Amino acid sequence: MDHKVDYLLRQGDNALILSQQLSQLCGKGPALEEDMALTNVALDLLGQTRMWLTYAGQLEGKSRNEDHLAFLRDAHEMRCCLIVEQPNGNYADTMVRQFYFDTWHYFLMLGLAASSDPRIAEIAEKSVKEVSYHLRRSGDLIVRMGDGSADSHAKTQAAADALWMYSGEMFLYDTTDEAMVEQGVAPAVDGLRAAFLAHVAEIFAEATLAMPPADAWMQRGGKQGRHSEHLGYILAEMQFLQRAYPGSEW
Amino acid sequence: MDMDTPAMTVAAEQVWAWLGEVPDPEIPVISVVDLGIVRAVAWDGDECVVTITPTYSGCPAMQVIAEAVTEALHAHGVEQVRLVNRLSPAWTTDWMSDAGKLALRSYGIAPPAQQAIDISGLHAGVKRRAGPVPTVACPNCGSQHTQLTSQFGSTPCKALYKCLDCREPFDYFKCN
Repeated sequence: MDHKVDYLLRQGDNALILSQQLSQLCGKGPALEEDMALTNVALDLLGQTRMWLTYAGQLEGKSRNEDHLAFLRDAHEMRCCLIVEQPNGNYADTMVRQFYFDTWHYFLMLGLAASSDPRIAEIAEKSVKEVSYHLRRSGDLIVRMGDGSADSHAKTQAAADALWMYSGEMFLYDTTDEAMVEQGVAPAVDGLRAAFLAHVAEIFAEATLAMPPADAWMQRGGKQGRHSEHLGYILAEMQFLQRAYPGSEW
Repeated sequence: MDMDTPAMTVAAEQVWAWLGEVPDPEIPVISVVDLGIVRAVAWDGDECVVTITPTYSGCPAMQVIAEAVTEALHAHGVEQVRLVNRLSPAWTTDWMSDAGKLALRSYGIAPPAQQAIDISGLHAGVKRRAGPVPTVACPNCGSQHTQLTSQFGSTPCKALYKCLDCREPFDYFKCN
């Protein structure tokens, strides 16, 4: 597959799957305000998904539009990182997952806003404004839960530890990522990872959470289409309508 | 108007004026022009090309807005309308007109309270307690004694506040 198409699918699939996960919490948030925030973030991510997948489909040149790419690819064709397919779990799990994702997403979008590909740069420029808002909110909640009650602290620390092994895949560059860096399309990994670790450390310190070791072993494979079992269930629900009634419209 | 003659001679200013009467579907007191969504109007032969930009990337109102713009121009006799979606520069609440801000306030939505930050300033924006938090005045009683209830509201562009004096909850059109 063309490196740039692959890279665009990764961006689109990350946003798509996390949006679907957050949408599943619609009407089930722990408080009305949280419910609205989750669905608003899901909506932003869905809008970003459309921009990435539309561009991926156009570059690929096989007449696949955003809907084809979202609803008619099976798990091994999806290019999202493993972190976005991890279960919603309890609210600490949901928010730690969001915080790790938002932190990486924010610094990546800042980097992509300076991309040599003007279309990627403008999608990133649009996204980074939304993502900065997501990150402010998830960082805020990590502090409130980490530095909250003994119970919320324990749950947030447990989530931070359990999800940490999924926080490194984004920084394990493969030939696709390296090709994008060489073409000036994507930012280099070193600065990105340093910015990620520094921001997580700052928020965790304020949240009185212990930061897991930066050199811990990290799960990998999602970007290359090797996923956890969770993704199949997510796709089963998300793709059901288009699989059962091909081409049906809202 | 004689419908047999092409409407291509209509000045762009006239098209802007017509679009100034197209309401935002979510907040009908403000027009798509006052909201800063319409970025350019031009003629390509007898086709009227209107450039619009989305407020938020997932905003479901964009399609309705595109249809409303097309319909409004058709109603004024412009037969050929083409809409161009432009992402960059990204929409900002700084483009909202003063008339639009006034209309929002009298509708009960507090308008953006400060200049939006640009990308270069965003890093400071994700730090907690970075810089002064803008004071949002209550659109009902004018009090500056208000409090954020939720960073997100009924649409992506709004946050929820409450007034600590008149006790009314209200929407705040957040800076973006």
